Amino acid sequence: MVRDITIGQYYPAKSVVHRLDPRVKLVSTLLYLISLFLFRSISGYLVATVFLVTVIRISRVPFSFIVRGLKPVVLLLMITVLFNLFLTRSGDVLFHAWIITITEGGLVTAVYMAVRLIYLIIGSSLMTFTTTPNELTDGIEALLHPLNKIRVPVHEVAMMMSIALRFIPILLEETDKIMKAQIARGADFESGNIIQRAKSMIPILVPLFVSAFRRANDLAMAMEARCYRGGEGRTKMKPLHYKHRDYTAYAIVIIYVIAVFAIGRYLPLHIWIF
Amino acid sequence: MSIKLEHLNYVYSQGTAYEKKALNDICIEIPHGEFVGIIGHTGSGKSTLIQHLNGLIRATSGELYYNGENIYREGYSMRGLRNEVGLVFQYPEHQLFEIDVMTDVCFGPKNQGLTAEQCKERALEALRLVGLKEKYYNVSPFELSGGQKRRAAIAGVLAMRPKVLVLDEPTAGLDPKGRDDILDQIAYLHRESDITVILVSHSMEDVAKYADRLIVMNRGAVMYNDEPKRVFEHYQELEKVGLAAPQVTYIMHDLAGRGIPVRTDVTTVAEAADEILRAVGS
Repeated sequence: MVRDITIGQYYPAKSVVHRLDPRVKLVSTLLYLISLFLFRSISGYLVATVFLVTVIRISRVPFSFIVRGLKPVVLLLMITVLFNLFLTRSGDVLFHAWIITITEGGLVTAVYMAVRLIYLIIGSSLMTFTTTPNELTDGIEALLHPLNKIRVPVHEVAMMMSIALRFIPILLEETDKIMKAQIARGADFESGNIIQRAKSMIPILVPLFVSAFRRANDLAMAMEARCYRGGEGRTKMKPLHYKHRDYTAYAIVIIYVIAVFAIGRYLPLHIWIF
Repeated sequence: MSIKLEHLNYVYSQGTAYEKKALNDICIEIPHGEFVGIIGHTGSGKSTLIQHLNGLIRATSGELYYNGENIYREGYSMRGLRNEVGLVFQYPEHQLFEIDVMTDVCFGPKNQGLTAEQCKERALEALRLVGLKEKYYNVSPFELSGGQKRRAAIAGVLAMRPKVLVLDEPTAGLDPKGRDDILDQIAYLHRESDITVILVSHSMEDVAKYADRLIVMNRGAVMYNDEPKRVFEHYQELEKVGLAAPQVTYIMHDLAGRGIPVRTDVTTVAEAADEILRAVGS
C-alpha cells in the first residue's frame, strides 16, 4: 500500500555511479543543480539533457523508476507552469481572451521552468537512487566537517539524519501493518468527508506515534548500552577515501559545468527573452 | 463456512528490484469448524498467506473461495468478508489506540454498524472470554502489562464475533503461563462456539496440542497438510527446513529405537505418558 513511494529511495544496482564516493555525488548534484540556472538557451538545455541522460544510462536505474518518483511533484509543477504561462508579459501576444493573455515570453518561460524543475528533481533523486542513506550521511558529515570549528555539532546532526532516514522504511512498514490491522477490524479510511476521514486516521496515528516513541526509546537505550557518546574521538569502520574514479568524476562534472556555461551563453543557438 | 484456496500465488513488489515470490501455488481447503495449525519458518509465507484469507492482500494469481464464493469476483463485499473472518495480527497490542480498553474493544463492533448497547454487550463478552479482569475495562490500554494488552487486543477481534478466527503467533513474546492461558482460551472458544480457528505458530508443541490438522509451509509452498501425528512422522525432513517435531516425538522414537514397544505417533506429553505406561506395564 504505502510502499510505492519511490522518491528518496535507494535503487540497488551495480554501476559506476553507485560505487562513487558519496561526497562526489553530493558535490556533483549541487553543481548540476546550480548549472541549470546558468543558461537560458536551447543549446544549454541540450547539453544539460545529454549529460543527465548519460548519467542515468550509466547508473542503470530504470527510466520508469525515475519517472515514478516525479509523480508526487506533478501538482507543484503544474502550478509553476500555469503561473509562468499566464502571468509573464513579454514578447508577442499569442493568445488573448477575456482576462487570459498568453505571450511568447510566457510560453517560453513556462516550458523552460518546467524542464528545469523536472531536471532538478531527476538530478537530485538520481543521487538518492544511487546512494544508500548511510553513505549519504557519511558524505554530508565529511563535507560539513570544517563547520566543527565554529562549533556546529556536525556528527550529531549527521547521526540524527541517518537515524531519521533509517526509520522511514520501518515506519512505513509499521503504518502498513497498523492500517491492515484496523481494516481487519472494519475501519474505513476511504469514504466520508474531510473531517470524517481525518478522524478515521486516529486509529492509525495513535499506535504509530506510540510505536515511534517506543522504538526511539529502545534505540537510545541500545546506543547507550554500547557506550555511544557522540562524535568526539569516534572512528569509522569504513572511512571515505577518494579513488581514481572519484577524481575522474569530479573532472567530468567540472568540464560539464564549464561547457554548459560557455555553450549556453556564447553559442548562437539561443533565444534571449529579455 | 469453508475456505478454499486454488493455485494461489503472491509476488511482493512485482516489477521492481525488490520483487520476491512469497507464495507459490497454494492449494488448501479448510472446512468449517476445524482447528488448523499453520507452521513454518520465519519468512516461509505464513503471514502473507493468512492475510489473503480476509482480503487484505490480493493474490497475484489464483482463486480464493469463501463459502463457495470467489472473493476476487467483481462486486464481492470485502467488508462482509472481514466481518466473518477475524484476523489477529502478530503483536496485536500494537493496534490499541482508544482512551480505554472498553472503547477499544468496541471499535470493531462499532464499525460493523451495531448500536452502542450491542457493542458494549459484545465487548463484555469478548473481554470475559480472554480473561481480562473487570478492573481493567476502564483503564487506558497503554497502562496495561504486555500480556493484558495482548488479551485486550484479541478481545477487540473476538468482539466482532467472527466465524473464522485467524491468529498470527498470538503467543509470541509471552511467558509460558500467558501462552497456555491464551491458547487454552482459544481452544475453549473453538469447542464452545462452532467457529473455525486458524492458528499460525512456529512452536510445534503449541500447535500439536490443539490442532486437528497441520499445514507446514516452506519457502512459500505447502510442504505438508495432514493430521499432526502424520506430519510429525516426517520429523527428519522438518528439521531440514528449520522446524522440529515436538520433543515427545523424539523421546518416543528414541525409546522405540532402544527396543521399548511404544507407538511413535503420539503428539502431546499426556499421550506419551499413557503410551509409556502401557508399554512398560505390559
